[in-house]
Amino acid sequence: MSKVAEHTPGRKLFSSKIAALVVWTITIIWTIPTFGLFVSSFRSKADIYATGWWHVFLHPHFTLANYHDVLFGSQTQAAVANGVLPYLVNSIVITIPAVIIPIVVATMAAYSLAWVKFKGSDFVFFFIFALQIVPLQMSLIPLLQLFTGGAHIGSITIIPKLGIAGHFAGIWLPHAMFAMPLAIYLLHNFIASLPRDLMEAAYMDGANHFKVFRQIVIPLSIPAIAAFAIFQFLWVWNDLLVALTFASGTEEIAPINAKLASLVGQFGSGWQLLTAGAFISIAIPLIVFFSLQRFFVRGLLSGSVK
Amino acid sequence: MNNFLSTAGPKFAQVFIAVFGFLAILAVVFWIAGRANGRKVKPVANIVFLGPAALLLILGLIVPAFQTIFFSFKGEDSSKWVGFSNYKWIFTDPDMRRVLVNTLLWIGVVPIFTTLLGLLLAVFMDRMKRESLPKSLLFMPMAISFVGASIIWRFVYNYSNRYQPQVGLLSAVVKTVGGHPQNWLLDKPLNTFLLMIIFVWVQTGFAMVILSAAIKAVPADIVEASALDGAHGFRLFRFITFPAVRSTFIVVLATQVVGALKIFDVVRTMTGGNFGTNVLANEMYSQIFVQFNQGKGAALAIVLFLLVIPVLLFNMRNLRLERSER
Repeated sequence: MSKVAEHTPGRKLFSSKIAALVVWTITIIWTIPTFGLFVSSFRSKADIYATGWWHVFLHPHFTLANYHDVLFGSQTQAAVANGVLPYLVNSIVITIPAVIIPIVVATMAAYSLAWVKFKGSDFVFFFIFALQIVPLQMSLIPLLQLFTGGAHIGSITIIPKLGIAGHFAGIWLPHAMFAMPLAIYLLHNFIASLPRDLMEAAYMDGANHFKVFRQIVIPLSIPAIAAFAIFQFLWVWNDLLVALTFASGTEEIAPINAKLASLVGQFGSGWQLLTAGAFISIAIPLIVFFSLQRFFVRGLLSGSVK
Repeated sequence: MNNFLSTAGPKFAQVFIAVFGFLAILAVVFWIAGRANGRKVKPVANIVFLGPAALLLILGLIVPAFQTIFFSFKGEDSSKWVGFSNYKWIFTDPDMRRVLVNTLLWIGVVPIFTTLLGLLLAVFMDRMKRESLPKSLLFMPMAISFVGASIIWRFVYNYSNRYQPQVGLLSAVVKTVGGHPQNWLLDKPLNTFLLMIIFVWVQTGFAMVILSAAIKAVPADIVEASALDGAHGFRLFRFITFPAVRSTFIVVLATQVVGALKIFDVVRTMTGGNFGTNVLANEMYSQIFVQFNQGKGAALAIVLFLLVIPVLLFNMRNLRLERSER
């Protein structure tokens, strides 16, 4: 396109300048809210309530006290008496298995559906693909019941009470379940397109399916796995609904997002802590975003159905 | 701090046990299953590879979906059948009318704004020399959670009473141009639109990136040929660029409709659904966890499901068509 613009000088002069002006205007408007919160997180409580954050350009005065208070606890704010560090730990503890386990399970399923065909495997794949239309809201009540009470038909117990409600496993499992349809669909698309010759050569050499899976499928699928991993990471890290549902009432395992959401409600006068708290929770996905932007875009592109 | 370490340690130990325990079990199962031979090889491989995913899907989505359908015809604790009364409540209750109207507003307003703004940005960026910095900045909100975005915007919408300085950007701007700031989030129906701005702010970057990729994929020779024929500016967009990205545009639009339908986090964090801002997904959460009424919660989930189906089916068909064309 830019090549074309060079061929037609009139258009280049006219539109590229206006285009740049419009794009930059919107970009600046888009960035101001985040920037304002970022600046505020380094201002003292007194400053935040006395003047708008834009006054820092005239009277620069910064402090790290908000970050210290919100991370390690503050005597004056009962809501964050112990700090949000434990919740940050919870977020990490929730996210790592909730990303790794579903990816492994989905890669296995995708390999089987693509390369170990059986009668009806295409139908199974289509069925899983179609399951994407079930919103996770449909599963919340039954899953919660399963975790707290088990499954019964009449008086016969099919699945005993799992007792994982209020434990990390009670959040890992729903995240793994809800990730399945999209993960299998995306990974299947990729794994099915691996070179047939390579796979057949490996089978000829006497490698069984498990060896092929470990030594050929996984290494070659890393780009697709990485793209989905980033998508799933952001999904889990930024999630509120699953966390509120399966960790509700259990401060012990609540992620930082759930804690922040409850702080917003409680704080009449705690902006200095909310700003710092919000930035701590945003920092990790932003680091991932800026360092792995290309994978990130690919993950979002393919995950746009979820 | 010591207290912190004593709780964090065991938590990380759980991560370690979960991940490595899971992988160790898999390794053992693989080893045993790998010893199968003859006609058992394929069925064994299928069971081992597909089993875990099937179990997760059956327990997590398939059975619960049917259970929710049953629950929606039952009372608050699922003990007795109530026929269609939960659905009747959704469509006749005066408070629910507000919820339904708001949800319709969300799907009517938000997707158009995000997608059109995303298209505008994508088209204009295509004519810029250095597009990577604005692209990153516009896309950045995508990485921020709705909770984080809500805090960012709550600060923008902050209102102090008349005798105090306005530290919220919106109030300050309104005051500077001579208007009267007010408690924005209490003011209906304006507050619903203020919440929509947050969603548009997060999602526009997504629409832009995807549409931008589609515009870049338009063959250069077609554009060049039509430019030589004298098409430029709006005509070039109208007759060449837009028709080429139309299917992507529709996919993005449909994605936004589904996102707007399921909107929960923004409403939950900003207003809790109060002050006339409630929507379906938030009401569903309130019914289950605040009112403890499973029947109504389940019925709301079903309504959400029924609303999502046509859009997603349409979207999936489009995606498949697009993939097969490439």
